[in-house]
Amino acid sequence: MASTDVTRQLETNVRPLSMSGHVGFDSLPDQLVSRSTGQGFCFNILCIGETGVGKSTLMDTLFNTNFENSESTHFEPKVKLRAQTYQLQESNVQLKLTVVNTVGFGDQMNKEDSYQHVVNYIDAQFESYLQEELKIKRSLHNYHDTRIHACLYFIAPTGHSLKSLDLVTMKKLDSKVNIIPVIAKADTISKSELHKFKIKIMSELVSNGVQIYQFPIDDENVAKINTTMNSHLPFAVVGSTEEVKIGNKMVKARQYPWGVVQVENESHCDFVKLREMLICVNMEDLREQTHTRHYELYRRCKLEEMGFTDTDAENKPVSLQETYETKRQEFLFELQKREEEMRQMFVQRVKEKETELKDAERELQGKFEHLKRLHQEERVKLDEKKTMLEDEMSGFSKKKIAAELLQAQAFTGSMNIKKDKDRKNSGFM
Amino acid sequence: MAEPQSKPDPDPEPKTEATVTGQDLFGYVGIESVLDQMKRKAVKTGFEFNIMVVGQSGLGKSTLVNTLFKSKVSRKSCNPSFEEGISKTVNLQSISHVIEEKGVKMKLTVIDTPGFGDQINNLNCWEPIMKYINEQYEKYLKEEININRKRKIPDTRVHCCVYFVPPTGHCLRPLDLEFMKRLGKVVSVVPVIAKSDTLTLDERQRFKERIRQDLWTNGIKVYPQKEYDEDAEDRILNDKIREKIPFAVVGTDKEHQVNGKNVLGRKTNWGVIEVENVAHCEFANLRDLLIRSHLQDLKDVTHNIHYETYRVRRLNESNLNGIGLSASPLASMNGTAVRKESESNL
Repeated sequence: MASTDVTRQLETNVRPLSMSGHVGFDSLPDQLVSRSTGQGFCFNILCIGETGVGKSTLMDTLFNTNFENSESTHFEPKVKLRAQTYQLQESNVQLKLTVVNTVGFGDQMNKEDSYQHVVNYIDAQFESYLQEELKIKRSLHNYHDTRIHACLYFIAPTGHSLKSLDLVTMKKLDSKVNIIPVIAKADTISKSELHKFKIKIMSELVSNGVQIYQFPIDDENVAKINTTMNSHLPFAVVGSTEEVKIGNKMVKARQYPWGVVQVENESHCDFVKLREMLICVNMEDLREQTHTRHYELYRRCKLEEMGFTDTDAENKPVSLQETYETKRQEFLFELQKREEEMRQMFVQRVKEKETELKDAERELQGKFEHLKRLHQEERVKLDEKKTMLEDEMSGFSKKKIAAELLQAQAFTGSMNIKKDKDRKNSGFM
Repeated sequence: MAEPQSKPDPDPEPKTEATVTGQDLFGYVGIESVLDQMKRKAVKTGFEFNIMVVGQSGLGKSTLVNTLFKSKVSRKSCNPSFEEGISKTVNLQSISHVIEEKGVKMKLTVIDTPGFGDQINNLNCWEPIMKYINEQYEKYLKEEININRKRKIPDTRVHCCVYFVPPTGHCLRPLDLEFMKRLGKVVSVVPVIAKSDTLTLDERQRFKERIRQDLWTNGIKVYPQKEYDEDAEDRILNDKIREKIPFAVVGTDKEHQVNGKNVLGRKTNWGVIEVENVAHCEFANLRDLLIRSHLQDLKDVTHNIHYETYRVRRLNESNLNGIGLSASPLASMNGTAVRKESESNL
């Protein structure tokens, strides 16, 4: 019988080795990508900004399609988040794009908890992913990832500085999501003002400790372009889905009496830069940062909040299972305690009710007796009256008989007299 | 007395799923560049692949692995002075190397199992192997449920197990059947006919048919498993492969001159067996399957199916060891908070 003692020599010195010919695993990245292409990609953008600042138009322009968003009203009582999912396809790549819009942001008179709704929404997405990951029977590779990968924060083009609402919101969001600030409706600001505005914004962000998303510079392929772009933040964008004829081409632009602002002209606005950075160069990095940094942070905080730790008091590693077991014991114990409490309360209440009922019964009994007595007295009285009446009646009837007798006697007497008289009278005849 | 729990309630409107088809993209957006981005990232982080070879001594396992990766990756080559004797137990030895091709780095780990099937009594000789495989899953699971976990969890799970069938020409032996039945449930098994230069083409065909018949009769599932085909395209591709397995392979690391070209081959008195010639043996098919086309798929099947099966089993086990609630424990971990609240409302 082969002994089940296993002697294992794990050689941990990993040596580089050269091969004598072509093996073929350089197709690995292609294999990886073709699998993902089959599954499709997910990308979720959150647009935060005041109503009317141009969020929907920018999304339409960015993705070259019409998302059919109607104009929102300015009279929302509180901030709502509206998420819409679209299935886009370009050549053989399928993209499941979710655009989340904040409706009513900055419209209320009291804007104190505007940011709270946004934070709650982002946390809810992390939470549902965490739930899926913690399930026993899970299907992570089929899961529709709704976590926000990029947050476009639309800054109103005042030309002065950031509003306090902006600062507060961005500060709350910077550890939860990748924030990319953009200056909306940039065609209202002149070039020189824009330059000053950008510097002002960046310095305010830095002085308030807001960490916006920095394009990654560790990959040599994109380091150069990312570094240049980092210096152009925040991007000043103009959105438009209408086309105007310039020269002999139709380009996306906004037509004014004094000129035409071309969206895709780099000297007019930074739209092309935004599209480059957001989609063409860094989409994958945004997704990765969301998963490895923001989600992990959320997960860690959530699990620690629930009382799970990696090491217990003696610094020994504690497995999640053990912690869970102890927690479950605690919970069941508390459940039992509560049950006991409730039972006791119930018993007490029953007792109280019982005494109450007994009192009521006694009272009722007393009343009954009282009534009975009254009734008896009444009856006695009535009996007396009855006997009196009967006596009277019998007395009266006696009198009546006596009177009648007398009358009869008197009558017969008179009759006799009369008869006598008659005989006397007749006797003379 | 319980404080109301702040549930994330952004009061969202119901999600509307609108499908916008590709024709509505009025112009270039640049979505397809995400493929390049993915590739670049993958190349930067590098790949890991763990392959296990199982079979009796002398079937040419180490040579085959060396031939597959065109370098001396097997343990024999790393310890040249090691005297090969029949070991008394089944040892598992794993050797790791980093190999690079055209900028793509791969950390290759070869797990060898000398001593398998070599004893007189081979009952339960698969147990150390099963134990090793399950230990790797356990390691990964432990790392995954940590609170502070690493960015990239080191993956030591066995992605592929190549099982060497001796070229008897008859059918599968009881040891082969037992092993493949048990291991087919936890890892992707790829059976190969070793030293197939002892079989003529007819014999080889008949042997393969017998083997496929045996596998089917015993309900043994080998890679690529039919149930995991994702779509019609995969099924067609994998059906073609399933018709050819097990591959009849010959391994060597020596080169000889044939028709003026240098080819990998075994030289005998009656000719040179060219390893990479598909008319001679099916080594090239095996290499293409394992490396050039299905390597990522092997890793995916291991991660999405075998590992998840292990995880489900393990988490259910540890749950039953507790109080015995039949509900899913980790899901109710988040539900305990909710339950506490509802209790207090009574």
